[in-house]
Amino acid sequence: MTQETVDQAGSGLVLPRYRRDDVDAHPPLLSPGYKSTVGRAPRQPLTYLPQRLTEVTGPLLGEGRLGDLDHDLTRQHDGEPQGQRIIVHGRVRDGDGRPVAGTLVEIWQANAAGRYRHATDSWPAPLDPHFDGVGRALTDEQGRYRFVTVRPGAYPWRNHDNAWRPAHIHFSLFGRAFTQRLVTQMYFPGDPLFSQDPIFNSVRDPKARERMIARYDHAATMPEWALAYEFDIVLRGREGTPFEDEDDDD
Amino acid sequence: MTERLGVTPAQTVGPYLHIGLRWPDGPYVVPEGTPGAVWIRGRILDGAGAPVVDAMVESWQADPDGRFDHPDDPRGARPPTLASFRGFGRAETDGQGWYRLLTVKPGPLPDPDGGTEAPHLTLSVFGRGLLHRLVTRLYFPDEPAANAADPVLRGVDAGRRDTLLASPAPDGLRFDIHLQGDRETVFFAL
Ligand SMILES: [Fe+3]
Repeated sequence: MTQETVDQAGSGLVLPRYRRDDVDAHPPLLSPGYKSTVGRAPRQPLTYLPQRLTEVTGPLLGEGRLGDLDHDLTRQHDGEPQGQRIIVHGRVRDGDGRPVAGTLVEIWQANAAGRYRHATDSWPAPLDPHFDGVGRALTDEQGRYRFVTVRPGAYPWRNHDNAWRPAHIHFSLFGRAFTQRLVTQMYFPGDPLFSQDPIFNSVRDPKARERMIARYDHAATMPEWALAYEFDIVLRGREGTPFEDEDDDD
Repeated sequence: MTERLGVTPAQTVGPYLHIGLRWPDGPYVVPEGTPGAVWIRGRILDGAGAPVVDAMVESWQADPDGRFDHPDDPRGARPPTLASFRGFGRAETDGQGWYRLLTVKPGPLPDPDGGTEAPHLTLSVFGRGLLHRLVTRLYFPDEPAANAADPVLRGVDAGRRDTLLASPAPDGLRFDIHLQGDRETVFFAL
């Protein structure tokens, strides 16, 4: 492509616009209570990046990345893992309430005893030969996903005196565009370990923190089989589309 | 009508990211043997200059023609002419903080304001100790004229622009990411 055609194509190019990253909802990179941030969080202010073609597009990774049992962490081995069987399900939407369909959701977690199947996790809790703690799913047309797993245990870490992570499941989402990429953690309601956890509390806004806590969902339990939790995820919304009124009143 | 919902906050990938996010084909934006493919290698270093051994880089880019196979590209989604081009790469750091991606140089891109963006990769960096991803861009050293005209590079503090420039290496390109320090990489608010 020659320079001229690029420039011609450039005039009148209308891109979707995503709202800027919500600095009040996300944790500050430097959160000294979480000690590893001190040597790793950038110290220079972030530079403004106008959203261009590379940012408003993104990888649309589909079925090719999924195996049949990737969504069911209790059926990936010959036997069943130990622990409380749970269903974790929810909807992925954008900030305007629109479902994010066909997007890859990746999860990983500790086993019921709080131990990860990872070379550097060496605290003395048992590994489970029937549990890897890794799952993948694609959202459907309504943005819904569903996993079957076991409730992860809490685990100690060395961040501060007698530090324990509240039980959590790590979630990774792509969304539709590079702007929407999100990695987060899902927590369980009423966990007594919240108050001493600097990672959970790195999110300053209590309302935003609440959005990381799943809801116990009695209606979705499977009788005599599994409890259920609902965890809805909201990715960044758009400023409006090229076909809508572009006025934005906030 | 649509409702406005608060976004789910970001959290760190933590030290055990590998079990959930490792893809055997992650580093291959293009398969080995693709004409024009180059290895981009670099280290992720913390404020003390120590390697960050529990981090991950993801890359996203246009194809060599400057096109995206994506419905929101207003020029129209177009499957890449280059076989097995994925556009996306994912690479964890090793025990010395090195990551590597095999890719091809993307084409230049039209800018909505009428200019042209130089060939670039947009990168996300995740890691233990990073509560939210870091966003940066990688530019190519053999494009001095295009880089000088690039609207994003021009918006970056002149003294720090070179932190976004890969350097030639014997077998491809080198791009280190400094999370902190004198050579702190420019990271973007997106
Ligand atoms: Fe964890």
